[in-house]
Amino acid sequence: MNFNRRNFLITSGAAMAGTIIIPPFLESCSSQKISPDVKNYLEHFQMTTDILGKIISGAMSKGGDYADLFFEHRISNNISLQDGKVNSAGSNIDYGVGIRVLKGDQTGFAYSESMDTESMLDAAKMAASIASVRGAFNNDIFSEKVPSDYYSIKTTWEDVSVKDKVPFVQNINDKIFSLDEKVIKVNAFLSDETSYVLFYNSDGRLSYDYRPLASFGAVCIMQKGKQIENSYSARSYRKGFEWLSEELVDEIAKEAVDRTNLLFEATKPKAGEMPVILGAGGSGILLHEAIGHAFEADFNRKKTSIFSDKMGKRVAENFINIIDDGTLINNRGSLNIDDEGNDVKKTYLVKDGVLNSYIHDRISSQYYNVEPTGNGRRQSYQYIPQPRMRSTYMEPGPHTKEEILAEVDYGVYVDNFSNGQVKIGAGDFTFFVKSGYLVEKGKLTEPIKDINIVGNGPQALSDISMAADDYKTDNGTWMCGKGGQSVPVTMGLPTVLVKKLTVGGINT
Amino acid sequence: MTKEEKYALANRVIDHALESGAQQVKVIINHNQSNNISIREEKIENLEQSIERGMRIYLFVDNKYSVHSTNRLDNRRELNKFISEAIESTKYLAEDEYRSLPEPGLYYKGNGPDLKTCDNGFKSIDPQQKIYSAFAVEKEVLGQDERIISVTASYDDGMSDTVMVTSNGFEGDRSNTYYSLSASVSVKEGDARPGDYWYDSSVFYNQLEKKGIGKKALERALKKLGQGKIESANMPMIIENRLAGQSLAPLVQALNGSAIQQKNSFLIDMLGEKVGSDKLDLVDDPFIISGRGSGLFDNEGLALKKRTVFEKGVLKSYYIDTYYGKKLGMDPTSGITTNLVLKPGDRNLEEMIASLDKGILVTGFNGGNANGSTGDFSYGIDGFLIKKGKIVKPVSEMNITGNMLKLFKNLAEVGNDVYKDAAWRSPSLLFNNVSFSGL
Repeated sequence: MNFNRRNFLITSGAAMAGTIIIPPFLESCSSQKISPDVKNYLEHFQMTTDILGKIISGAMSKGGDYADLFFEHRISNNISLQDGKVNSAGSNIDYGVGIRVLKGDQTGFAYSESMDTESMLDAAKMAASIASVRGAFNNDIFSEKVPSDYYSIKTTWEDVSVKDKVPFVQNINDKIFSLDEKVIKVNAFLSDETSYVLFYNSDGRLSYDYRPLASFGAVCIMQKGKQIENSYSARSYRKGFEWLSEELVDEIAKEAVDRTNLLFEATKPKAGEMPVILGAGGSGILLHEAIGHAFEADFNRKKTSIFSDKMGKRVAENFINIIDDGTLINNRGSLNIDDEGNDVKKTYLVKDGVLNSYIHDRISSQYYNVEPTGNGRRQSYQYIPQPRMRSTYMEPGPHTKEEILAEVDYGVYVDNFSNGQVKIGAGDFTFFVKSGYLVEKGKLTEPIKDINIVGNGPQALSDISMAADDYKTDNGTWMCGKGGQSVPVTMGLPTVLVKKLTVGGINT
Repeated sequence: MTKEEKYALANRVIDHALESGAQQVKVIINHNQSNNISIREEKIENLEQSIERGMRIYLFVDNKYSVHSTNRLDNRRELNKFISEAIESTKYLAEDEYRSLPEPGLYYKGNGPDLKTCDNGFKSIDPQQKIYSAFAVEKEVLGQDERIISVTASYDDGMSDTVMVTSNGFEGDRSNTYYSLSASVSVKEGDARPGDYWYDSSVFYNQLEKKGIGKKALERALKKLGQGKIESANMPMIIENRLAGQSLAPLVQALNGSAIQQKNSFLIDMLGEKVGSDKLDLVDDPFIISGRGSGLFDNEGLALKKRTVFEKGVLKSYYIDTYYGKKLGMDPTSGITTNLVLKPGDRNLEEMIASLDKGILVTGFNGGNANGSTGDFSYGIDGFLIKKGKIVKPVSEMNITGNMLKLFKNLAEVGNDVYKDAAWRSPSLLFNNVSFSGL
């Protein structure tokens, strides 16, 4: 997305956290041929190509193989509602540059929150010390990499005031109360975030990105007699203010109410192994936990993943295709460039049932001698990039939901989840089911709730015996955590049958 | 930034906010530094240094409330503009009569004891010494067993300085340091590659245990080889002390003023009621010397006090901050937990294991969750099967499922092995009649 200068310096009195960074007067970038887009980003961070060259040379001064600079300015806002009123708000500004130096697979890293050359050079020298040879490096290459355009928007969040946002959050509260008399409380929120990214590395690659991200959702709390239950619904996209609408309010409100209502009648299944039908959409959490993390190439490079010697081998039925995709339009997990300045791709992890690709960052793609997949991600400039998922999903399969149900004599159908986890080496993964149904003799019967499901990655993958044609993406507010860093992701799945997983429940 | 400079900046920000239309203001300034060194294959894998500063501003404007933070502290004009805009946008919110700073009478007034939470020698430790200590951890493991596939050793340290000032009379600061050495080891036999970790942590560098960490991580990983699930059944469960604190989390969450007022708690209106077994004796003690959760005041400036949370299973105290206190019509008690101490029993873990005919020792959790309003829970676990008082087999890929209130009514024994490397200090715990799902 291209921005004119106005966008950078906008200070509309109503915007919560204005983007104003008061710049010193800058000489226009000397001899380098720089496009107006890059020039805007350089000015945003008060940088010139001369300073970039100086910092990268400092980072390479002890003989590193490679160095990169990741400038980031992130403006976040949120408003929230409790007890019927939009009565709390917040904003946050984060601004800094992460400086990374690689020597083989060794990493030196430091960051600076001050844009003066001396502070940045100090951080560069700290990061440089991962290498120990004195080396001369002079960088005067500036090779522009034009980012992709997966999330263009109409109205930026910086152009919108609290006043403009409040009615949507108020409406979701009122809508939820209007849908059911059992509603006693609603917690609702709207959060938005805008990141400016400028990237430069020792190969001369110079790139940039503008990353909007917004999330809107509500918790519905209901009471029936003495029983109190709650459930959550939310949506999140890399979209602008134009995304908010009354239809969206209605969709989230209805889902939150329906999900909560289900819980009053819900029971627990029998404990133990049984067939599990994963409903289309959020059940993509299976791929994220059972397979996705274990496919991250750092774990495989270190041989700690249970999948580390399975490349090119059959891991699933031949109708199964699993993808990690950073190119979906307006998707929460998409990126125009990854956080290592690389192109972001649609990557087949499993193709026709065979393990096709790991999830790579720069270090691992060099180790495996493959093209980077654009999965190098970081929580912010304060962290080093790691191989991370983006949107992880399975393509539609040859079966129908009805055929899948007909296969199950006793089992569970699950489609609403809150969280999951995996032990990479053992391969044991879990996901927590907020609600679903018992399946008895091919029919959905009683609702179930609050159970954990556990399985083993390779086993579960090969146990997927059917996949339906009803694929759905879950555009909820999923955050993926790894090594102390969180990044936004999404997931998706058609209805699938896993022959057996261990379901938490009651022993009779 | 020196402490004096932080106070000066905080006061200047408060003055500007009051002049710009706020009636009350709280400012917190943080300054954190940390280092991470990780070692793999006898080389430094990562060398990371982090130095960050940030400010958080709490605004009370015409009975309206908002919170703002920024790390752009150096340019006065920019910061002033940030605050003025924040105040203007706060005016678009709905009024909330319950929002205000605490009563000044409840503030910490100074002159508290030195809780020894900060190592003043933090900056003078030789970086080479830190690197060597991490290499030494790795060395304990390398070559010790042919089933080892990966070893990572890490040294971490950090120092945080915080200054907090409110417009109605609170001024306070605190400094904390930590050091830690850890090892994580993966081993392989067949397809599975189980791993485990061990660590030590301390507030003072010279109290950091530097030996035995790698060895312990390796031992733990090797014991997991051959793990698998067993038949589903109801059995006694022992949770190892290192994890036992986590099992208290849903219980403590349910005591929070926000959870109670928002009807997301299974302990509403239960003060004075017996909710756990006689063994549930839990004290919140902010004054433990070098305790990981020790402090003299909370995040509102309220003076912290030692208090009983559960006494022989009877609920004695909620965690109520100023805002939810007003909404609930209750006196604020401080909304934060400090050090949670479960009263130890007489026997150690080995003796507890020896006392069981059949049961499971849980040494790891794997995902799962609890429903805040009902207390229903289901967690993934791994650990060891106990038969006739002995550990007979590593188990994994299993769940425990139940309800928190029933679980703590079934708390049968608290060990004497208090885990001191965390703010929530629990010994190993024995629960009867827990539902395990496996085969």
